[in-house]
Amino acid sequence: MKKTGSQIIIECLKKEGVETLFNYPGGAVLPFFDELVDAPFHQILVRHEQAAVHAADGYARASGKAGVVVVTSGPGATNTVTGIATAYMDSIPIVILTGQIPTHLIGNDAFQEADIVGITRPCTKHNYLVKEIKDLSRILREAFYIARSGRPGPVLVDLPKDILVGSAEFKYPEKVSIRGYRPTLEGHPGQVQRAVHLILKSKKPVFYVGGGIISSNASRELFAFSDKLGIPVTMTLMGLGGFPGNHPLSLGMLGMHGTYQANMAVMESDLLIAVGARFDDRVTGKLESFAPQARVIHIDIDPTSISKNVKVDLPIVGDCKRTLSKMLSLIEKEDHQALREGLHKWHRQIESWKAIYDMHYQQEQIIKPQYVIEKMDELTGGEAIVTTEVGQNQMWAAQYYKFLKPRTFLTSGGLGTMGYGFPAALGAQVAFPNRLVIGISGDGSFQMNSQELATAVQYRLPVKVAILNNGFLGMVRQWQEFFYGKRYASSSLEGVSPDFVKLAEAYGAVGLRATKPEEVVPVLKKAFSIPEPVVIDFLIDPEENVYPMVPAGEPLNQMRLV
Amino acid sequence: MRHVITLLVENEFGVLARIASLFSGRGFNIECLSVAETLDPTVSTMTIITHGDDQIIEQVLKQLNKLIPVIKVVDLVDKDFVEREMVLVKVSATEKTREEILRITDIFRGKVIDVGARTYTIEVTGDEKKMDALLTLLKPLGIKELVRTGRVAMARGSKAITELT
Ligand SMILES: Cc1ncc(C[n+]2csc(CCOP(=O)(O)OP(=O)(O)O)c2C)c(N)n1
Repeated sequence: MKKTGSQIIIECLKKEGVETLFNYPGGAVLPFFDELVDAPFHQILVRHEQAAVHAADGYARASGKAGVVVVTSGPGATNTVTGIATAYMDSIPIVILTGQIPTHLIGNDAFQEADIVGITRPCTKHNYLVKEIKDLSRILREAFYIARSGRPGPVLVDLPKDILVGSAEFKYPEKVSIRGYRPTLEGHPGQVQRAVHLILKSKKPVFYVGGGIISSNASRELFAFSDKLGIPVTMTLMGLGGFPGNHPLSLGMLGMHGTYQANMAVMESDLLIAVGARFDDRVTGKLESFAPQARVIHIDIDPTSISKNVKVDLPIVGDCKRTLSKMLSLIEKEDHQALREGLHKWHRQIESWKAIYDMHYQQEQIIKPQYVIEKMDELTGGEAIVTTEVGQNQMWAAQYYKFLKPRTFLTSGGLGTMGYGFPAALGAQVAFPNRLVIGISGDGSFQMNSQELATAVQYRLPVKVAILNNGFLGMVRQWQEFFYGKRYASSSLEGVSPDFVKLAEAYGAVGLRATKPEEVVPVLKKAFSIPEPVVIDFLIDPEENVYPMVPAGEPLNQMRLV
Repeated sequence: MRHVITLLVENEFGVLARIASLFSGRGFNIECLSVAETLDPTVSTMTIITHGDDQIIEQVLKQLNKLIPVIKVVDLVDKDFVEREMVLVKVSATEKTREEILRITDIFRGKVIDVGARTYTIEVTGDEKKMDALLTLLKPLGIKELVRTGRVAMARGSKAITELT
C-alpha cells in the first residue's frame, strides 16, 4: 500500500514498539507532526530540544527501551547536540529524528538548514540522511537496531521535508542485515576458560564493573558470581546499581571520588575483572600506576574499549551478561572451594581499609549535603530512581545513596553534562509514572534546564528536584580551593540565583525549602507525599567539599581524605 | 611503524567523511588515502597508510571496524603484499637536461605523456622506494609540479581481501 513518508515513519515506530516521543516541532518537520495528531504515541512536548534528548535518555536508562526524539531542522537539530553527545558517551540507545529542508535545497544555506549529519557524526553511533523515500523504512529499521544492539548508542535520522510528504509503497523490512555491523555477543570459549582459571588462581580478585553491567542487564549474573565466590565488587559511576550498594561485598565506587577501600583494593588487587567498564581517566587516576599488581581480565562488547588505556592480559569481546553466566557455569564445574576460603584474608584486608577511612561527614548547624542524600536513601529504602546533575551533587549522590538495583541511578558520566539530570528525571518518570523519581541537583546545573518545569507541570510528572544549594558552582569552587589558591573566578552564584521556591511556583509546581538540618526529613517526607512536581531548595554548607579526592593524574592511592 | 591498511566499505556518500573524521577526531595520522569503487558497485576499496605504535594501530583497526559502513579491515603489514602508486611529474627540460630526463624516465619504466616548450610531463608507476628514488634524481633538474595518486595495495597470493583474516 502507498503511504506518505510521514505515515511510513509512524508505521515503523509502531513496529519498533515505540510508545513515547519527546518532541519539539518546527517548519521542516510539520508534515510529520501533522500525522502525529492521530498516532497512538504518548507525546511529551519539552521546552528545549536539548531537554528532549536528555528526557529520552532518562527514559531509556530507566526502562531499558530506546528513547525517541523528534525535532525540526536547523536550530532544532543543533540544540540536540549536547544531549546526543551525552548519550553517546554513556552508550544510551536513542533514535533522534530531525526534520531537514527539502533535498533539492540541501547545501544552499537555505532557511533553517544545518548539516546535522555532519555535525553529529562524531557523537552518534551512526547517522543517516534519507535521500530517497524508498530507503526510509530500511533506514529506520537499521537505526533502531543499531541504537539498541551491541554497545548501544544514539542514532540520528535526518528527514528532508520532501521525503516526509513524498509517497512510496510501504513494506516493513522484517530482517536487518548490515554487512559491516555484526556485534560479537559470545565471548571466545578459550578466553572464557582461561579467565576462569585466572580467577580460580587469584588471591585478591576484584570485580571492576561499569555501565556495561547495566546496559546488558547483567546484574543478576554479577551478583550470583560475586556472591558464590566472595569476590568484592567496585563500581564506576556508570555501574552504580549494578550490584547492591548495601551488600558486604560492595566496595562502592572507585576513582577520583571513590571510596578508600575501593581504590586501595584496586591498587592491591592481583586480579582485576573489568566488566563493561572502559578505564576512564576519572577511574584510573595516573595510568602507569593503576592496579600495579593485577592481571587484568576485560570483558566488553566493544573491542575498541579493550587495551585502549590499560594493557589487558585477557581480553574477552562479548556481551557481559552472556559472558558472566558462561564463566559462572564453568566455575561451578571446577573446585572453587579453595578460592572461596582463600578470600577470607582478602576480605579482612578490605575491612581494615574500611576501618581506616569510611565515608563520613559531620552534621553541624548548617545542612550538610551528605546528610540530605543519606536521609533520602533512608526514606526511600534505596528504591527511588535518582538522577543527578554534574558536580558535587553528583558525587555526593553516588557516595551516599545506596543504589540497590540497576537502572535506578541516571547520571551523565562520560560527558559530565550539567543540565542533564532534571530532564532525565522527567523521562524516567514518563517511563515509570508510579515510581518515585528524584532529581538531585545543584543551584548551577538546575538553571541549565529549569525551563522544563513547564513540561513537568503540563504532563503532571511528579518528579522531586532536590537542589543542593551551596551558592556556588560547587565542584568548580572545590577545584579552585584545592588547586588555584582559593581564587573563585566565575564560580560564585551567591545572591544571584532566583528564588527557587518562587520559580517552581511561577511554573505551577510546588516549591519547598529547608534551611536547618532538622527540616530536612520533614521537607523530604512532605515532598514525597505530594503527587506533583516539587522543587526543594536545600540551603547547604557553601564550602563543603567532596572527599575522598584523588587529584587528576595522581595514583589512586593518593587520596585526599580531609 | 608504517602500516598499510586496506578496507572494504559501503559505496555510499559520507563514508570518506566518517573515516577522515575518525582519524582527525582521534588524532591518528593519515599519510595517504585512496578510494575507488570495486567490481561490485555497492562496495569501495580504500588504502590507508598510517603510522603508529602497536597500541595505536590496534585502536585504528578496531575503530575502523566499528564504523557501520566499514565491511572489512585488513592490515597488510603482517602479510606479503604489493604496493603501487602512480606519479605525474612536470620537469623543466632544457637543451642540457632533455637527454637526462628521458634516460631517467626510461630506467624507471616511465612514459613521457606530454611535451611542452620547456617541460616534459612523465608518468611513472611503482612502490614508495621507487618513487623516492625517481624524485631524488629528478629534483636537481627542476620539478615544476608533482601529482601522486596515493598508494594502492593488495596482498600477494590467490586470496582476495574478502578471504583474508
Ligand atoms: C554544561 C557544562 N558546563 C560546565 C561544566 C563544568 N562544571 C562541572 S561541575 C560545575 C559546577 C556545577 O555547579 P552546581 O550545579 O551548582 O553543582 P555543585 O557542584 O555545586 O553540586 C561546572 C561548571 C559542566 N560539567 N557542564
